[in-house]
Amino acid sequence: MSHFLDRLNFFKKVQSTFSNGYGIVTNEDRQWEDGYRNRWRFDKVVRSTHGVNCTGSCSWNVHVKNGLVAFEMQATDYPRTRPDMPNHEPRGCQRGASFSWYLYSPHRVKHPMIRERLVTLYRTERASGKDPVEAWEAIQTDPEKRQQYTAVRGLGGHIRSSWEEVTEIIAAANVYTAKKHGPDRIIGFSPIPAMSMISYAAGSRYLSLIGGACLSFYDWYCDLPPASPQTWGEQTDVPEAADWYNSTYLIVAGANLPMTRTPDAHFYSEVRYKGAKVVAIAPDYAEYVKFADLWMPARQGTDAAVFLAMGHVALKEFFVDRQEPYFQEYARTYTDLPMLVRLDKQDDALVAGRMVRASDFADALGEKNNPEWKTVVLDEATGDVFTPNGSIGFRWGEKGKWNLLPRKKGRKEIQPRLSLVSDSDDVVEVQFPCFESGTDKGIRRNIPVKKIQINGKETLVATVFDLQLAQYGIDRGLGGDIASGYDDADTPNTPAWAEKITGVKQADIIRTGREFADNAAKTRGKSMVILGAGINHWYHNDMNYRAIMNLLHMCGCVGQSGGGWAHYVGQEKLRPQAGWLPVAFGLDWHRPPRHMNGTTFFYFHADQWRYERLDADSLLAATAKGKYKGSQLSDYNVVSQRLGWLPSAPHFNKNPLEICKQAEAAGATDEKGVADYVVDKLKSGEIAFAAEDIDAPENHPRNLFVWRANLLGCSAKGHEYFLKHLLGAQNGVMQDVVKEARGKEIKWHDEAPIAKLDLMVDINFRMNSTGAYSDIILPTATWYEKDDLNTTDMHPFIHPLTEAVDPGWESRSDWQIFKTIAKEFSKLAEKHLGTRKDLVALPILHDTPAELAQPLEVKDWKRGECEPVPGKTLPLLKVVERNFADTYKKFTALGPLMVKLGNNVKGIDWNTEKEYKHLKELCYTIQDEGVSKGMPSLEEDVNVCETVLALAPETNGDVAVKSWRNLSEKTGIDHVHLAAPREDDKITFRDIKAQPRKIITAPTWSGIESEKVSYNAGYTNIHEHIPFRTLTGRAQFYQDHEWMRDFGEGFCTYRPPVDLQATRGIEDIIKDKPHLVLNWITPHSKWGIHSTYNDNLRMLTLFRGGPGVWISEKDAQSIGLEDGDWVEALNTNGTTMARVIVSQRIPEGMAMMYHAQEKHINTPGSNSTGKRGGILNSVTRVTVKPTHMIGGYAQLSYGFNYYGTVGSQRDEFVVLHKIPDPDIDWLERPLTPEREAALNPPGIHQAPYGHEDE
Amino acid sequence: MDFTKFIFGIYPYIALTVFLVGSLIRFDREQYSWKADSSQLFEKEQLRKGSILFHIGVLALFFGHLAGLVTPHTWFLGMGVSDMAHQYIAIIAGAVFGTICMLGGVILWRRRMGNPRVRVNSRFMDIFILDWLLVTLALGLITIPFSLLHALKGDASTMVYLAEWVQSVLLFRAEPAMLADVGWIYKLHLFFGMTVFLLFPFTRLVHVWSIPLGYLQRPYQVVRSRFR
Repeated sequence: MSHFLDRLNFFKKVQSTFSNGYGIVTNEDRQWEDGYRNRWRFDKVVRSTHGVNCTGSCSWNVHVKNGLVAFEMQATDYPRTRPDMPNHEPRGCQRGASFSWYLYSPHRVKHPMIRERLVTLYRTERASGKDPVEAWEAIQTDPEKRQQYTAVRGLGGHIRSSWEEVTEIIAAANVYTAKKHGPDRIIGFSPIPAMSMISYAAGSRYLSLIGGACLSFYDWYCDLPPASPQTWGEQTDVPEAADWYNSTYLIVAGANLPMTRTPDAHFYSEVRYKGAKVVAIAPDYAEYVKFADLWMPARQGTDAAVFLAMGHVALKEFFVDRQEPYFQEYARTYTDLPMLVRLDKQDDALVAGRMVRASDFADALGEKNNPEWKTVVLDEATGDVFTPNGSIGFRWGEKGKWNLLPRKKGRKEIQPRLSLVSDSDDVVEVQFPCFESGTDKGIRRNIPVKKIQINGKETLVATVFDLQLAQYGIDRGLGGDIASGYDDADTPNTPAWAEKITGVKQADIIRTGREFADNAAKTRGKSMVILGAGINHWYHNDMNYRAIMNLLHMCGCVGQSGGGWAHYVGQEKLRPQAGWLPVAFGLDWHRPPRHMNGTTFFYFHADQWRYERLDADSLLAATAKGKYKGSQLSDYNVVSQRLGWLPSAPHFNKNPLEICKQAEAAGATDEKGVADYVVDKLKSGEIAFAAEDIDAPENHPRNLFVWRANLLGCSAKGHEYFLKHLLGAQNGVMQDVVKEARGKEIKWHDEAPIAKLDLMVDINFRMNSTGAYSDIILPTATWYEKDDLNTTDMHPFIHPLTEAVDPGWESRSDWQIFKTIAKEFSKLAEKHLGTRKDLVALPILHDTPAELAQPLEVKDWKRGECEPVPGKTLPLLKVVERNFADTYKKFTALGPLMVKLGNNVKGIDWNTEKEYKHLKELCYTIQDEGVSKGMPSLEEDVNVCETVLALAPETNGDVAVKSWRNLSEKTGIDHVHLAAPREDDKITFRDIKAQPRKIITAPTWSGIESEKVSYNAGYTNIHEHIPFRTLTGRAQFYQDHEWMRDFGEGFCTYRPPVDLQATRGIEDIIKDKPHLVLNWITPHSKWGIHSTYNDNLRMLTLFRGGPGVWISEKDAQSIGLEDGDWVEALNTNGTTMARVIVSQRIPEGMAMMYHAQEKHINTPGSNSTGKRGGILNSVTRVTVKPTHMIGGYAQLSYGFNYYGTVGSQRDEFVVLHKIPDPDIDWLERPLTPEREAALNPPGIHQAPYGHEDE
Repeated sequence: MDFTKFIFGIYPYIALTVFLVGSLIRFDREQYSWKADSSQLFEKEQLRKGSILFHIGVLALFFGHLAGLVTPHTWFLGMGVSDMAHQYIAIIAGAVFGTICMLGGVILWRRRMGNPRVRVNSRFMDIFILDWLLVTLALGLITIPFSLLHALKGDASTMVYLAEWVQSVLLFRAEPAMLADVGWIYKLHLFFGMTVFLLFPFTRLVHVWSIPLGYLQRPYQVVRSRFR
């Protein structure tokens, strides 16, 4: 009752004693304990998760007390695994546990915010009687008015506005842009749909309905491994974390499992108790190294050399010294190793050319359908040439033969021959590229060949296997220049050679290579390589990856439970993809949507191409045909767009609405007519691709939406170029444009444009760098305030995000935000746009029949090598009719094309009438008059969730069976058994709120959900004989596209990091001041997931609370740096400020700055630029690789987030020097006119605003 | 009622009442605030020096004052301690422990004001009470030369008046008149000293009530009986 009165019983406190008086029992008051009980008391618990791109997808219980989120706890009610397999829990990490902080934090965006100068201008125009679109026009057409707000982007100045006003401005800007410049100038960026699918779909649906372009992110983040589409025709498919436990030998390279895969890492630990060996490859003593039995400290960026050398050992000991039967069988059936390759004369050398096709033979080997797309092998028994099933020619235009089953001659199965070594017509010398010193020096190897008649000419052919072994330097007794043994350090790909390059002891490489292969031989492929960002974020990442894939394929690991590749970075598998796609891209109303690959977009539009110092010619093989020799990297990208390979946005130098109008005026009556008109104009030059004059004002992107993303604070490689050219803001670019970057295909303007964007809108729940630079910031619901869906590749469950509390303050869910914008847009569009036809230039897409566009060789219509034919040698030209005033109605209802055209994923079609009818009953129908009356409603977030779940085979067993049935027709094999047991399962939103649910096996993916094996990529390719979606239908060691061969990457070869020359000239600025030149490495962090969590109080408290750069002790000592000193990292791209963290963990020559420490958290001004000190990407610039631009060629065809240029950033170097504490300037001064005018660092030429030369 | 009467006749009771009742209320209602509020997590070195010196000084001063002022006059005489001897003991002990306490106090004050981590984690009352204690202490130290002067003149009356007044207050028959001839510096010290009691329940000083002597002989295992 009273603590004080209780004290009066002091002498009666002890009730009894025990243990000889060492213990006492007291009757003290225990009410204080309620304090703790109340802290963890709550009113309700709601299941949700975090829509963050960590690939985690962990189920959390959100506890609500008094209408506020009090705390979150890991949910531990996942369905059990089978006996002998650890369960999935606990999932969730320290970062997720800190999330509830954001809801009520000072970072929270609570109201719609707008740049004060912009809203003042707008209000003035509106007050003068203009309607919203006219008001926007008045601001945009007056450079002085426009500059008023663009020049202060990033300098604060936001004020509170209302939803009515901001949505009116956004809608007016969109309407004006579509009308004046074209809808393809309205751009949206949002990453990783899987982390909150409905939120992603909100923006992408709105943009797709109005004709805006959504940017890809996976390639832009450089998390896409292009090697995966190259090798398997698959974006990325990987084992779930539980499958690590099935492995018996693990190599981990560049994926810091305990740190960035925290909730999954227990499998990594548990498998060791089962006896698996773990080898870690990392330049630094990373956290995952601690788990390993062996650490191979390979120099950063040299991983390919380690794996090539291990491949050398595996080939020598398991294919040459003895023939391991399992490997032989696997190589013959599931890889391209037996395929025949032409040997072509190039200059004075023989080089590996393209694969031989059925069409090369007089009778096309009896193949009438697509013979140019059917590769050939030799019959092991007879030596005759034949076409095995499964190559991509069988995929389209015929049924039943697209499979990996052996062909039969009579009743006997035909075996393909792997090697000609014992039965060759001749042995010839073939030249292979060798880039070990940077440029190609060439190596020659003796190859056994056959002479066969191709189109009446005797042609030398070899198998991929023989070429590959020679390229690895394996001595097969054929003489010539070849490795004398493992210790031959002069011959590429030997262990000794790899030691020279990587610093890893050859004994370790030999032993690991041998053990890895031996383990795979004994377990039928249970050797696994876990890999990630550390080796993927390099310019030549595909070499690192292909070296690994090669080793895995040699050892028969891919597609075997416990084996294969396990790439974990950024992709977060969008499990119900097929159900989500129509909703997300408005495919229920219009097809096709507009997509654009992010890297190329930002390379071009942030004008990063104008600073290019990487010489494309230096990347070519010595024996390249080199049709485009002398071109810039940017030129290659322009060629790629015009050949229909990569997409474009904006497409052309004219408004696509106007193009259709003019085509119709010129007599076009249908899509074909419009296409013909455009082809004519392209030929005459009256219409040109926007990329050919990328800096012209008519080709600028105008409106940019960023939602669920932190583009500027995190992923903007070349951050300062974004600020300079896209935004026209204060920037730290330390150089003028580079004159040598001028190329052949793009018109060069002397003055690079600045402030291309008219309007940037950021939608977020927290204020970050992206918001700081945006013109309008919209407050969105957090992950505990909306209904949404979330999946991952790390486990097979589907999770909900749930509205535990109402969206805070004025925030709304993303779906509701875009719904509001759509409503306002429809209103304004009625007057200004009406119904218009829109021309969409669609690249040649993978998984469509169009992927058989350009066989054999590259022909460029612009060079007169062929005619421009849409879909063949040019992008497809599609006409989409849009009634812009119906945008809102279309947004809120599931449209009629789902019934008319059905659904489709990865080339598999099915009918959705049944699901459509079901959704009408489940979600009710639209009652309002108009185009959407009677259709299933998508008005509320939960309706959208249900729609995705009902349409996807992964969550609707009925659909799964339908889709498998369709695929079975193509392959001629019955796959329905994979889904049949769950045909009646329908996973609904309420189900997953009750418990995470395991998805249903679907043909969207290459693994299966089963009680017998864990999910593993490629499983159905091996066990169901479904071909890989590549040229040969098999995993490809050899890439025979002309550009691949030109750039020396027909076979995987070691390529050192490229020299981007970004520190050139910087040492003049630093002068004799002590400094370091270091490789700039930007790994994912322990204290955040990209920028999220990095700025919350809990994580800041856990680690130093501000930007930090890690360097080695020796490097620090050499220039007198102590832990905690301020340093500036700078190069020509910009500067960044941080405190230095000196650690034994880091090797010399490297600086590590963890991901996305943002400039609004304790970052001072940079002394060199005079601007706020930058982020990790302030010192990077993105650069593109031509082989990633290839298209129109089987697996090398474009797909959104599937293929395309990638934004690598680890080849970069910086100069690092100390800034003494007194010189630290926090820039806490008011904005003056002088400061506002000085956009660039001192001494850097400033282009005038709105300047147009000539 | 004149000012002196209020300060030395009524105010002591206000201060003591607030001190006792305030402590009791806080103890009963605000258990979670009943603590010393140590800042040792933020800074250790200076704290160790300052705190030990300060606590030695302040405890000696407290008990010195208690013994010197509350013990009835006749008891001292009975013990054979003359007024002069009493006075010299008070002066010497006061000077020694007052200096020790001041030394510690200054270290603590500089630490509290100068160390950014401690400073930013200080409440207003933390700084205010430290200031107040130091001023009180300084006033006490200033009285020493005056007392010494009295002692050299063989005059112990001030000390006796002060003790008589304290005892009169404690016996609920306060006689402010006793202080009529006492110097202003003593009165000022008295006022500051009384105010410490007034402020006491609102500050971290409440930890004084809870000296953890029990720890010295506590059994290894303490089990609380079931919730009643």
